[in-house]
Amino acid sequence: MALSRTAHIVTAYGEELDQLSDDLARMGGLVETQLEKSISAVVRRDASIKADIKAREVQVNALQVDIEKRVLRLFALRQPLATDLRMTISALKIATDLERIGDLAKNIAYRAGDLAGYAPMALTQQVERLGAIVIKQLSEVLDALSSADVEPAVRVWHSDDEVDERYNTLVREMLMSMTEDSGLVGPGVHILFVAKNLERIGDHATNIAEAVHFMVTASPLVEDGPH
Amino acid sequence: MTDTPDISPIRTAVSKNLGSRYRAESRFRAAGLAAVAAAVGILILLLSSIVSGGLPAFSANQLHLTVDLDEELVDPSGERSEDSLRRGSYSRILQNAVRTEFPEVTGRRDLRNLFSLYTALNATRLMDEVLEDPTLIGTQYRFTMPLADDLDLYLKGMLVDERSFEPQGTLSLDVSDDGVIVRSSATDFRDLASEVARTLRARATLLEVDADMLAERAEGLSGTEAEDMLYDAELNRRQAAEIRARLETEAGPIALDGSLPSILVESDGRTVLLTDLARNGAGGTGRFLLGSEAVDGESNWSLQVIDTPAERRRVSDQLIVWTRALEARGAISAAFNTYLFANADSREPELAGVKGALYGSILTMIITIIISVPIGVFTALYLEEYAPKNRFTALIEVNINNLAAVPSIVFGLLGLAVFINAFGLPRSAPLVGGLVLSLMTLPTVIIATRAALKAVPQSIREAALAVGASRTQTVFHHVLPLAAPGILTGAIIGLAQAMGETAPLLMIGMVAFIADAPTLGLEGFTEPATVMPVQIFLWSDGAERAFQARTAAAILVLLALMIGFNALAIYLRRRFERRW
Amino acid sequence: MTDTPLNTPADLPIKVTARKVTVSYSGKQALHDVSIDIPDRSVTAFIGPSGCGKSTFLRCLNRMNDTIDGAVVGGSLTIDGQEINDKTIDPVVLRASVGMVFQKPNPFPKSIYDNVAYGPRIHGLALTRPELDEIVENALRKAGLWDEVSDRLTHPGTGLSGGQQQRLVIARAIAVNPEVILMDEPCSALDPIATARIEELIDELRENYCIIIVTHSMQQAARVSQHTAFFHMGHLVEYGSTEDIFTNPRDTRTQDYITGRFG
Repeated sequence: MALSRTAHIVTAYGEELDQLSDDLARMGGLVETQLEKSISAVVRRDASIKADIKAREVQVNALQVDIEKRVLRLFALRQPLATDLRMTISALKIATDLERIGDLAKNIAYRAGDLAGYAPMALTQQVERLGAIVIKQLSEVLDALSSADVEPAVRVWHSDDEVDERYNTLVREMLMSMTEDSGLVGPGVHILFVAKNLERIGDHATNIAEAVHFMVTASPLVEDGPH
Repeated sequence: MTDTPDISPIRTAVSKNLGSRYRAESRFRAAGLAAVAAAVGILILLLSSIVSGGLPAFSANQLHLTVDLDEELVDPSGERSEDSLRRGSYSRILQNAVRTEFPEVTGRRDLRNLFSLYTALNATRLMDEVLEDPTLIGTQYRFTMPLADDLDLYLKGMLVDERSFEPQGTLSLDVSDDGVIVRSSATDFRDLASEVARTLRARATLLEVDADMLAERAEGLSGTEAEDMLYDAELNRRQAAEIRARLETEAGPIALDGSLPSILVESDGRTVLLTDLARNGAGGTGRFLLGSEAVDGESNWSLQVIDTPAERRRVSDQLIVWTRALEARGAISAAFNTYLFANADSREPELAGVKGALYGSILTMIITIIISVPIGVFTALYLEEYAPKNRFTALIEVNINNLAAVPSIVFGLLGLAVFINAFGLPRSAPLVGGLVLSLMTLPTVIIATRAALKAVPQSIREAALAVGASRTQTVFHHVLPLAAPGILTGAIIGLAQAMGETAPLLMIGMVAFIADAPTLGLEGFTEPATVMPVQIFLWSDGAERAFQARTAAAILVLLALMIGFNALAIYLRRRFERRW
Repeated sequence: MTDTPLNTPADLPIKVTARKVTVSYSGKQALHDVSIDIPDRSVTAFIGPSGCGKSTFLRCLNRMNDTIDGAVVGGSLTIDGQEINDKTIDPVVLRASVGMVFQKPNPFPKSIYDNVAYGPRIHGLALTRPELDEIVENALRKAGLWDEVSDRLTHPGTGLSGGQQQRLVIARAIAVNPEVILMDEPCSALDPIATARIEELIDELRENYCIIIVTHSMQQAARVSQHTAFFHMGHLVEYGSTEDIFTNPRDTRTQDYITGRFG
């Protein structure tokens, strides 16, 4: 994490912080692919992805535990201050959010398996679009994290409104479709859950954006701030 | 260590020369130990030499005589006034007392000899005692005085070699015209006779060898020098021949003279000095040194041989005999030498004491303490606590340090020029001595005080200043009490050094012979006095042998003073020392 | 809250004001133009690397620099608006109202009682023995030492443990009822428990005094102080609330020092 140009006097301390951000980056990468694969599985109504996603879920959980340990260790042994303190605190929050995203991605993958039993739906396209936005949000916020850049984080934060909007539209349309065709209720509920999960992932991405913003600027990203 | 190949290179490197490292260490330790042992050895040697030399001076043989304080002699005008008592013939009284002990001595020379059993100065002491207590007049008074120094040494066994024999036979003494004929029923004199003969033969041989050597050296030379040598050689040869002739050809007795041991025959208040010794060892002839009656078949007698020949000793046979007789009569006893402490200096060793020097030292030290300690401590306080650190104070500091290295005699010269010549202060006075020693001690006190002040941690000063103490309060409430043990030690060491100082005092006349101790009071400061080390210096130069022991004794007294001073320093240090 | 301007902490009355204070030792400048407002009834910590001038500045506040040859102090320093950096102000009077506690506990080699009573005695604060006893007891109580030493007031102060000695020194300082207490690394010679005690004491004393503490331990500064000033190479680099300094320092030098990145 490039928050400071100079290296720590205690090399091991610097290395520990680097490892923490590395772990975070790795976790982010895992979660990102998990999400991508889950969404594409939903689009393709592919049930086979379940096992793969499950395996990744285990990895992500292990990484979260690892990051928590590292943070605990840093607090106990190094007492980080200023940027290091904010970075460590943020890492803990981001790891939790990433783990939640992983969970949600897993749920999406499970829904893909359920959808496989139904005929394709027109609204799947909208889900795909929502998924694309959320993936972009996640990848941008992860970039912001790795480059310690506030600007993309703020952008992600703002784009959450778009996600909410799209989600609301999708729910509305789905409800209309289901009232028109009761045969769509089965797959529709699954689609609704997928959409709901994507919306939750968007919220987590926003949380991560807030954490990145705090990490870099030491001030929270508030409603009436850059809005 | 194992022989595994992966043994670390540092271990092998270290173990390679580990042995030599330890050897170097033990060598160094041994060298240090040897140095300590040498120092201790030298110290022990020094101390034992001084102690063994000085101890005899702490005891003295005293002569107790019953003096007849005849009114006419003591009080010539009969009015008992001090003036009249001072004109009394106390020497006569003493002389009469000794004559009573040895009534047979009549000749003028013999009498003079007899009166040298004691020092005439003792008459003054007798006078003092009478003045002290005039009721003594007209009584028989037992007067105690020190025995003459040489006789004192004789009784301590330090003057001559002597031995005595218990003879087997009975003694007979017959008075004839030639002297006393001494005979023993046994051959009690045989060993002595052959001993004397051996001595004479050896002497003859020595003379001959000497003559040969002289003759040999004379061969290479010419002129008067060679002639003188040849003459001396001839003289030696003749003397040797004479001795040999006396020993070998003549059958008569061997004559004893001053170059041979003195043989004394003692029996019941009689003492005969042998003048010749019969060859058969049965006896000889001699003369009475004590008593004069003939005796026959006496079994209670003894032989006393004084191996140091009369020629080579300071006391005659006669004096030794009288001394022995007085000792036998109980008129001489050994006691602690109070004169050493009760008297001031004297020309006569038996009367000489350190009192004057001790008082002089005390008075001098009082002046030195009064002047050098306050001035030194306050100078150091100002320099250390108040003076700004600049070039001027640095110059003062360097000069003070240099002053400590100035030879002490220079201070003596300064004292002579300034205190005596310029200020007109009295010579030989403790006042001037104290002033001179103060000058000498000042740098030591200043340096010691500064070191003690420097050793007080800065944190204490800061603590006091931070509470709002002024600089002077800081110094007097905190710094000075903490530095006190160091200052005291430094000052006492400086004073001890001053107390042992001789050279500067020589310059201001404190080396004079002063027979009266100065008064221990205000007037004492201007009275002529001497000090302990100067007294030691004076005595070490004394002609009489008894002064040697006095010198060592005075050194012991001075050493005791020094040890006392240093013990005081240690005590004060312990007492005032505080940890911080 | 990040907008608090440098040198002016909010909401508390200002006790000590420094304007362009400079210090040089024998011509070598040790402190450059320090301007700072230190609030009353709070703890202000000075942090910075060794030789940064923080102790030098601290020693200006009770004119301890006067005792060092060749030290020249410039600029204006006021306590309660009264100029102290002036030759007409007697340092003895100043030091009576500005107590100081040093790095190494330095009790006088006297009894505990005499240590505390020394200041009141020389300033004539107590006229009778009971008055003095009361002052001593109060000071020891305030320093949290009374319960530990009340039964051995005549024992030497140097016989106490390091932490007790330091509290004794603090009691000695507050016995003269100063307005400002300066502390120069007061815990650097103490173990963590003793340090914690002193820190607790500092926190209690904050209610009545303006406390300024120089410390090498950033954690300590963070724990005890409300305001922190960072000094670097004779300059006051950053000054603000302790929270800000330790979570979001604005100057990179502060940041690097606090996070342990000084090269």
